[in-house]
This record gives sequence, structure tokens and C-alpha cells, in this order.
Amino acid sequence: MSWWPVLPILVPLTTAILGFAAMRSLRAQKVISIIGAAALLVVSIGLLDRVWGGGILVAQMGNWPAPFGISLVADALSAAMVFITGVIGIAVAVYSLADIDRRRNAFAFHPLLHVLLTGVCGAFLTGDLFNLYVWFEVMLIASFALLVLGGGRAQLDGAVKYVALNLISTLLLLSAVGLLYGMTGTLNMADLHLKVQEVENTGLLTAVAVLFAVAFGIKSAVFPLFFWLPASYHTPPVAISAFFSALLTKVGVYALIRTFTLIFTHDVGYTHTALLAVAALTMITGVLGAAAQNEIRRILSFHIVSQIGYMVLGLALFTPLALIGAVFYILHHIIVKANLFLISGVVNRTAGSFDLDALGGLYKSRPFLGVLFLIPALSLAGLPPLSGFWAKLILIKASLELEAYVICAIVLLVGLLTLFSMTKIWHEAFWKPRPVPRENPFAAAVVGRREMALLMTPIVALASLTVAIGLYAEPLMDLSAQAAAQLLDPSDYVRAVLGGVP
Amino acid sequence: MRSLILSTAVHLLFGLMILFSLFLLLRGHNLPGGGFVGGLVAAIAFTLFAIADSAAAVRRVLRIDPRYLVVAGLAVALLSGLFKAAAGMPYLTGAWVHPGGLPLGTPLLFDVGVYLTVVGSVLTLVLTMEEER
Repeated sequence: MSWWPVLPILVPLTTAILGFAAMRSLRAQKVISIIGAAALLVVSIGLLDRVWGGGILVAQMGNWPAPFGISLVADALSAAMVFITGVIGIAVAVYSLADIDRRRNAFAFHPLLHVLLTGVCGAFLTGDLFNLYVWFEVMLIASFALLVLGGGRAQLDGAVKYVALNLISTLLLLSAVGLLYGMTGTLNMADLHLKVQEVENTGLLTAVAVLFAVAFGIKSAVFPLFFWLPASYHTPPVAISAFFSALLTKVGVYALIRTFTLIFTHDVGYTHTALLAVAALTMITGVLGAAAQNEIRRILSFHIVSQIGYMVLGLALFTPLALIGAVFYILHHIIVKANLFLISGVVNRTAGSFDLDALGGLYKSRPFLGVLFLIPALSLAGLPPLSGFWAKLILIKASLELEAYVICAIVLLVGLLTLFSMTKIWHEAFWKPRPVPRENPFAAAVVGRREMALLMTPIVALASLTVAIGLYAEPLMDLSAQAAAQLLDPSDYVRAVLGGVP
Repeated sequence: MRSLILSTAVHLLFGLMILFSLFLLLRGHNLPGGGFVGGLVAAIAFTLFAIADSAAAVRRVLRIDPRYLVVAGLAVALLSGLFKAAAGMPYLTGAWVHPGGLPLGTPLLFDVGVYLTVVGSVLTLVLTMEEER
């Protein structure tokens, strides 16, 4: 029995409550938010430290024994995801000090951010399917509020698509949970792992599995259910889109990985082959969609879709190496993608636009920003020696081991096209001479020194993390290997949750 | 638009509805009811009051900003889980006392938190919309 799995939920919830209580003072809200985000990071490091080396921490809420109450479970994957959430949480909290305007702050931006963090951590830590649904709801409510916060027309338009699609996904998830409960009589994931093996009607079980795949697929924006993402992610302020793009889709991927390694492994030949096709199509459509765009945040949004494909690919190949690749890919991608969005915000602040046609000459005026952009951009494309190279290398190796040459070719091709997109941003925004502005030559506001420091600190920190992972991938590889081993052989997980039951 | 019938009826019913919501809240531990339903009934009572009279009147009756009710509710619910923490028990473990044979426990406290949160959030929505009209 341990308190560690509860703390990453309690800390941001407490922060949110304190922030709401201090709604009269923006300054107090900001201070509380930063302290809370730092506390979450500390707690998540503590959690990671405790599960390192194969430990699994379990907390039974209300002291009800496992299949009856709600269990919170932290294995290597959960702890790693919570840790990365802590990292992104503090990065976005610091960045938003300079990025979020007064009006949005007055609508409780910071407390809402922590409610969202609560939901994300809860989804990563829960060991109960219905509880997972509840955390999805918490996330949804907070993300709706953040998406429309202080919104204009474009923001509301994006939010409506986001809300509609996510509500459908939530309904599908709820009905899938209901069907599964009807078949097995349990919602505890560890218990489900044992109970689904006794289900006789495997056809129905496969149908339910597909229902889960569709529900989580909408959340994680895989082909053909991704179109809500590029339609909404470029509308809110950059700090918000950075947080969404880094974490929210990854919660869907996490849920896919969790359910399709722990529960639905009865017909791998069917379900995981379907996932493989979905993954390949997601990668291709995402990257092709990005090539057609001309606005930085839209390009980045489409790349989220294509990168989700890589992660699902790792799950679909379903070998130890492929799962290591999937976990590594998620962790690397969260850092890189958040960073790219944060940089696009600085580009907008200094040059006054997100539109590639209106941008140019940034390398001349801000060479440091150019270097900072190249690090996550090249890492996203998978160039050595950055973190993305290792992530792609593992997946390619895994597909070669299975002699899946078509998949391997797709991985390489999509990597190349990603590089094309990134060089496009580089060339248009940084390299080409600045075009003569048609109207309002002074659109670019002067950014104060203190503001700039607040904007750049998280970017520099995340970029150095990317470089560090690239040069010294061993610890993260080790962590991913631990997570993959636990995913492929859930007996430790089941034993830890259910206690004495073999 | 003011309706005499509605405002007379609401003034009679208001207290009764609040009482009923508290009844639901207390009944909820072992029987149908609980903080969520109770909170909704109370919120409906206040909403009717807002329709019959005005949003400003509801704010006067409430005395505090409904947003602070949400804060208080969340805080109460959060704290109710921590009572047995010192004893090394997991989060949300119930702690019970029996003054004069009456079982009182932290699950009730949790329900009170839910009640306050529901009343607060529904009223925040309703009053905002009522005032924007």
C-alpha cells in the first residue's frame, strides 16, 4: 500500500483548488500555479524513482480490496508518463506567464491548467476502466474550458469540432465499458486480464475491442478519425495548444497501449493487424496533410497525427522491441512536440505571424531561436544524434525483425517527408529574406526582456532534454525496456493489483 | 417578465426544496440519494428563485459568490479522504465516529463536498446566463 500513486492526482487538484480560491488575485494564482507545477514534477520524479527497476506500486482507494474498489497502479509506463506530464506541466506553466493575456488569466487559466493536469495524471495512473472514463471526462471538461477561454470566432469554431468529436468518442467508450462489464462482471483492468480469458464468445469480445479501439482512436487522432485535431489545435493561445498537442492525444495512445496489452490479447492476429493498417495510414495521411499546409501551427498539428502513427505502429507490431520503440517514441515526442509549439509562439511574438508567407529572415534577427528550432525539428524528423533518431531506429529495427518491409519503407518515407516539412518551416520562416509587409509594418510587438526570458526558459530546457536524450539514450531506453517487459507479461501487474491471486 | 403565480409558489416551495435536498444528501449513504442529487435539487430551488425574482436576489440570499462554493466543495471532498492518512491507510478510507450510536463518517463529508460543488457550479452557470440576458 503506497501513497505515491495518489500524490500526482492530489497535488494538481490541490493546486487547482487553491488557485480557484485565489481568483481575486492574478499574481497569487500565478505563484500558486508555478509552485504546484514544481511540486507535481517533484512528486512524479519520486514516483518514477520508486518504480524504477520493475517495482509496481498499487493504492486501493478507500481501502476496498482490488476487484471491488478503484485501484491506482503505477508501473514503469504509468510512472514514465506521469513524469513527462510533470515536465510539460512546469514548462507550460512558466511559458504561460508571458503568453496568456490578462483577460484569459482572469478566467482562471492557471487553475484550469491544473485541473487538466489532474485528469491527465489520473488517466495514466488508474487501474480501473470506468475510472479511466471518469478521468477522460475530467480532462474533457478542463480542455473545453481552456479551448474556448476568452475566445474569438476561430477559437469557438475549433472548439465545437473538438467537443463534438470527443463527446462521440466518450459515448463509444462508455458503451464499450458497459458491454465489457456485462460480459465479465468486472472493471478492474488486472481482473479483466484474467476474466477475458474465460469469455467464450470471443467474437463479441473482438467487437468490444474494436469499439475500444475506435473510442481511443478518436482521442489519439488516428486515421480516419483525426480531422478534429488539425481543425482545433491551432486556434487557442500557444501555451494551450502546446499542452494539448503534447499530452492529450498521448493519453489516448496510452489507453490504447494499456488495453491492447493487458485486456485484448485474445486475437492478436486480427486486432493488432487492424491497428497496423491504421498506424500506416495515419503516418502517411498525417505527413501528406502537413505538406499541404502553410501555417506553422497547422503543419505541426498534422505532424502530431503522423507521429501518433509511429506510436500505434509500435503497439501493432507487438514484439518486445516494437513496444520499447512505442514507449520511447511517446516520451521523446511529447518533449519535442511541446517545444515546437512553444517556439512557434515565440516566432509569432517576434515576427507577428504564424503564416509562412508573411515570415522570413528570422535567422538573421534571432539566430539563437533558429538553433533552438532546429533541435526539436530535426529530432522530429529523426536525424542523429537527436532523440527522434533512436525512436525511429528501434521501430525500423523491430519491423525488419518481423520482415515487415513495407512498414519499414513507410517509416523511412514518412521520416523523409517530415524532414521536408521541417526544412520548409526553416526555409520560409528563418532563412528566406523577410518579405515586405503589406500592411502594418510594426505588427511585431516588442517583447520585453523579462517576458522573453519566461518564454525562452522552457524552450531551452526542453531542447537540452532532447539533446541529452539523443546523446545519452541509455536511461530512457532502460525505462522503455522495463515498461515494455511489464506490458508484454502482465502477470506482475495482475499480482500487484489483486494481491495473492496468481 | 414577473409572474405573480410563479413568485408566490417559489417563495412557498423554496424552503421545502432546500430541506428536501438536505434530506437527500443525508439519506444517500445507504439509500438512493446523495450529494449529487441533493445538490441538483438545491440548485433547482435557487434557479427557480432566480427565474421568479432575479439573479441579484439569489446572490443576496446566497451571500457568497457561488464560485467559492465550488472551491469549498472541492476542498471538503479532497480533505475528507485524508482523515486516515496518518494511520497509514490509503486515500479515501472512511473514518467513523458514533456519538450516541449515530454513525457519522468521512463518506458523508465527501458527499457534502459533492453537494457544495454541484450547487456552486450549476449556480455559476445559471446566474451568469441569467445576468447576461
